[in-house]
Amino acid sequence: MEIGAWKGIWVIAEQIGGSLNSVSLELLSKARQMKEELQSSEPVTAVILGSGVRNMADELGQYGAEEVIVVDHEALAIFENDTYAAVLSDLILERKPEIILMGATAIGQDLAPMLGGILNTGVAAHCVDVRINEEGELVSVVPAFGGKVLGDILCPDHRPQMATLKPGILGEPVPQKGASFKVTEYQAEESLKKVTGRVKAVAINKKESQGIPLEKAEVIVAGGWGIGSNENWHYLEELAKLLGGAVGCTRPAIDENWAEGEHQMIGTSGKSVRPKVYIGAAVSGSTHHLCGMKDSGLVISINTDENAPIFAASDVCIVADAAKFLPKLLEKIKQA
Amino acid sequence: MTLKIAVCIKPVPDPDHYDKITIHPVKKTITREGIPTIINPVDKNALEAALQIKEQVGGTVTVITMAPPNGEESLRELLAMGADEACLLTDRAFGGADTLATSYTLAQGLNKLGNFDLVFTGTESADGSTSQVPSQLAVWLEMAHLWNVAEIKLNDEQGQEKVQEVQAKMKIENGYIEYVVKLPAVLAVSRDINTPRFTSIMGVMKAKKKPLKVCTVDDVDLDRTLIGLNGSPTKAGAVFAPSMDRKGERLTGDMDEVVEQLLQKLRAAGINLEINNGSQGGGE
Repeated sequence: MEIGAWKGIWVIAEQIGGSLNSVSLELLSKARQMKEELQSSEPVTAVILGSGVRNMADELGQYGAEEVIVVDHEALAIFENDTYAAVLSDLILERKPEIILMGATAIGQDLAPMLGGILNTGVAAHCVDVRINEEGELVSVVPAFGGKVLGDILCPDHRPQMATLKPGILGEPVPQKGASFKVTEYQAEESLKKVTGRVKAVAINKKESQGIPLEKAEVIVAGGWGIGSNENWHYLEELAKLLGGAVGCTRPAIDENWAEGEHQMIGTSGKSVRPKVYIGAAVSGSTHHLCGMKDSGLVISINTDENAPIFAASDVCIVADAAKFLPKLLEKIKQA
Repeated sequence: MTLKIAVCIKPVPDPDHYDKITIHPVKKTITREGIPTIINPVDKNALEAALQIKEQVGGTVTVITMAPPNGEESLRELLAMGADEACLLTDRAFGGADTLATSYTLAQGLNKLGNFDLVFTGTESADGSTSQVPSQLAVWLEMAHLWNVAEIKLNDEQGQEKVQEVQAKMKIENGYIEYVVKLPAVLAVSRDINTPRFTSIMGVMKAKKKPLKVCTVDDVDLDRTLIGLNGSPTKAGAVFAPSMDRKGERLTGDMDEVVEQLLQKLRAAGINLEINNGSQGGGE
């Protein structure tokens, strides 16, 4: 493989049902930063696939894309892995970007390794950061063992170098002032001819999540298995509401059906959050969970077990039964 | 009507003990001593999904893993749970494989064992959690696939000799996408698809007599440039253990005092305790 022929940084943007996933914008901010580190003159390029998605180029441009490749086709309306991979692999082989970033979302976690397989290249999975080293190579920082260990991953001899990054991990994206960008339309017909239709999307069901999304919440009240009951879970919801925040959780709270769903789960296989204030109520502090909340501002923990691992990762430790402590706290806040 | 079904599994260090993982201060290698090996939890959901389909339409279920020699214990456990036969791919030459080399090795192992109609995997392993092997396995096998599958239904039409396709739901953020997938296919299942069955004493007894094949690099038709460390496009660099420690100030006193101290901390952190309170009033 002639490595020198591959140039530029791409972000494969993601949309579902016409709404752009904000991780795409986070990745663009990162791509602009890496372009500086690479001292590259190649435009940072965003690629957007879908049906009726031309209008999304503006937002991608405002957040740092210098070129937006739009692939607009009705066959791309709902994500089908075979279809998306056929179009993207052709596009990548035609244009040869040296780095490709994608969100470690459900779609990204399927599509990125597929492209790695088709293009015979390396993909670093759900990274917590990426950077450029002195050799001008992509270094991806990946968590292992639930985030207990981080490791650098390189892809020295294959191109493109690919990485998926966890949504929210890079922080808030920054719009570029006075951004100008060009839009390139890519015709997908030739690629689509190769698609056999063995994977056919028939419907999409997506709930709009209630309240403030975890990634944007300034205060997060997270609950774990120790909360003990659905009734006690309501204390968390009430506290989150009073503080203008959102409820997060650990895996057991989902298994017990206390939490609304996986969009509330914080951790290695859930969301990475960085609120101003994190309140952990009856959260023991497994490595998986700590990895997802360690970048929070003030960390407050309430747990009956003074040896709970969460206390070692907390600024403020309260040894108490959260189910008794929270009602008291709610009462005082309401009097405040 | 019968289906030939495979389940790819992985023995992993028990996730409940990841706090014991350390990095050797001199060698800078990961130390996982004293941590028991278990079957990657979601892989049992994959076997359960396979067993349910076998019970529905008939067929055979083969479990396969690429692992060190002690992977045999994990396979025996899954035979006890209900799988019919097992295959362990084990060789020093497979070591150091990234997801692309691992999925290639598994694909060639599966090809050696026959033509499968369905290949199940878990969505991800607890140790590396890359979640990349299923999708790459499908690329090597040239099969259709879905990742993050939360529900499967066979499209079992009357008059057909064999099941031709499945309906399945892929979980996405805040919802799911429904698909129809033609067989043969790789399906990577999530943990909420089912509850894996328990193993019976009878199952353990039967498992001792079930066939378990051990294959080395010489037993499988492999391109040696695509396996192990050499076949891996990604290379591992430095490893480090991020510190999560904080100062940990413990609030003391009776509950009222602790609550009062906490409110002060919240105010100091810039949280306005009054703002949402007013509109909240006495409730909804």
